Amino acid sequence: MPGRARLPPPKRSRDIGTASPQSRFGFAQAGFAFTVLAFGYAFLYLPIALVIVYSFNESRLVTVWAGFSTKWWSALFANEAMLGAAWLSLRIALVSATIAAVIGLAAGYALARVPRFFGRTLFGSLVIAPMVMPEVVMGISMLLLFVGSDQLVGWPVRGFLTITIAHITFSIAFVAVVVQARLADFDRSLEEAAMDLGATPWTTFRTITLPLIAPAVGSGWLLAFTLSLDDLILTQFVAGAQSETLPMRIYSSVRLGVDPQINALATIIVVVAACALIFSGWLTRRKA
Amino acid sequence: MRLVIALPYFWLATFFLLPFALVLAIAFGVNNPDAVPPVDLGLSLKNFRLLFTDDLYLAAWLGSLRIAATSTVLCLLLGYPMAYAIARARPGLRPLLLMAVILPFWTSFLIRVYAWMGLLASNGILNQFLRTTGLVDNPGTILGTEWAVHLGIVYGYLPFMVLPVYAALEKLDTSLLEAAADLGASPLVAFLTVTLPQSLPGILAGCLLVFIPAVGEFVIPDLLGGTGTLMIGKVLWDEFFLNSDWPLASAVAICLLVLLVGPIALFQRQQAKNLERQ
Repeated sequence: MPGRARLPPPKRSRDIGTASPQSRFGFAQAGFAFTVLAFGYAFLYLPIALVIVYSFNESRLVTVWAGFSTKWWSALFANEAMLGAAWLSLRIALVSATIAAVIGLAAGYALARVPRFFGRTLFGSLVIAPMVMPEVVMGISMLLLFVGSDQLVGWPVRGFLTITIAHITFSIAFVAVVVQARLADFDRSLEEAAMDLGATPWTTFRTITLPLIAPAVGSGWLLAFTLSLDDLILTQFVAGAQSETLPMRIYSSVRLGVDPQINALATIIVVVAACALIFSGWLTRRKA
Repeated sequence: MRLVIALPYFWLATFFLLPFALVLAIAFGVNNPDAVPPVDLGLSLKNFRLLFTDDLYLAAWLGSLRIAATSTVLCLLLGYPMAYAIARARPGLRPLLLMAVILPFWTSFLIRVYAWMGLLASNGILNQFLRTTGLVDNPGTILGTEWAVHLGIVYGYLPFMVLPVYAALEKLDTSLLEAAADLGASPLVAFLTVTLPQSLPGILAGCLLVFIPAVGEFVIPDLLGGTGTLMIGKVLWDEFFLNSDWPLASAVAICLLVLLVGPIALFQRQQAKNLERQ
């Protein structure tokens, strides 16, 4: 190692323990951090901001500003097909998020609290894999299942039910991961104490564990809800001819080019998503 | 307790695992437009042979891998500095900065891709800006090129890169950095020898979270790419919805799965290790 000459002077080493690394690297690093974040957030938000601004544009051409107008908003709220699709999407999201929260809670609990059971490795893979599986692959495979089952026993009819099942299947992973992380976070002594005092596993879970992880389940539910509202590819495969969800409606409209009504709809989605996220953040941070 | 394991196990085995067996079975079948569903079961290798000999499909495979790989690298180049800056920000500020990264993920993916359509079109906002400011007199059209697809993937998947990298950087023991500085390491050397190696698990997780779905991406090449942009997810979609060739689409799905099984397994091992460390 080089000699003492390269050690920092005593004046600076006095700071050790209180100084954070950024104060050592100084202004250059702070400036770098600021530039990176400014550029990054501009990249993330500028496109969304422009979509919102142009929803109030007079012109049909989304790219030319021709004055303020709310006519695309009125058009959106008079668009029966769009409203019907939104209503269907909301119902599917409510049902699928709720069922996914229950199954995901069970899966996360099993992964975090049951160290050994038959086929645990496979179980872990099954829970996580839907998170990264390309949606076209999941879409075609679930469709084939539904078609096969329909051929064999005449059930299920493609529509609300099949879309809901598909959404539950890929949402379970997201709830399970949130729940598992939360369970890994808090210490088990409370649960063990309850068990030592004679509580059954079910009573322990109901009175100790569940209240502690309820925020995680809540934010998992919200995540499943928004994922369901947003899903296009999986839905398109399993929807059948009769049902059209909101993303399907948006997609068929967007394929033909930009449409100011979609801008208005996007504005609503962004606002709702922001509220959901803030609520979810509040849920997870409100620690017991 | 048994039910807690059995319920998700049963659900995922039925609706996630079992369908892959069906895809495999159909992939060896032959397309028959007159049947309902349009498939004749069999043991034909025709679909797979086509996938590996036809120039169009080969180009789509290579295109997907290339576009996904370069987009992942671009995502890392933008996402890592962002995650780094957030991890070094004041502790009180961090949750807010993180939330701002996550928020786009909660808004519709489709809408975010759509946002770029208006920006990148030949008469779009970006080109108008370039023209009016006089930066470029005659800008070309980005929409419909591979540039637009790259941009779309980086934009769509950036949160998936920032979050795992941030998680790794946040856990970084800063006393190691101080030790490195005390021993005379320049900030750059300290970064390369301390910070970077310690954040490798986060980098790996982030890259996999971007790369794996990007290979099979459909919406972005469909809306932002042009006729020349060949990606395998779009091929699968078109074979299924436009040509109604279920067996060929199934064969594409099987190949995609085989191609991605390595990265997916790697991702799962990484996840499991992370949880153990907690």
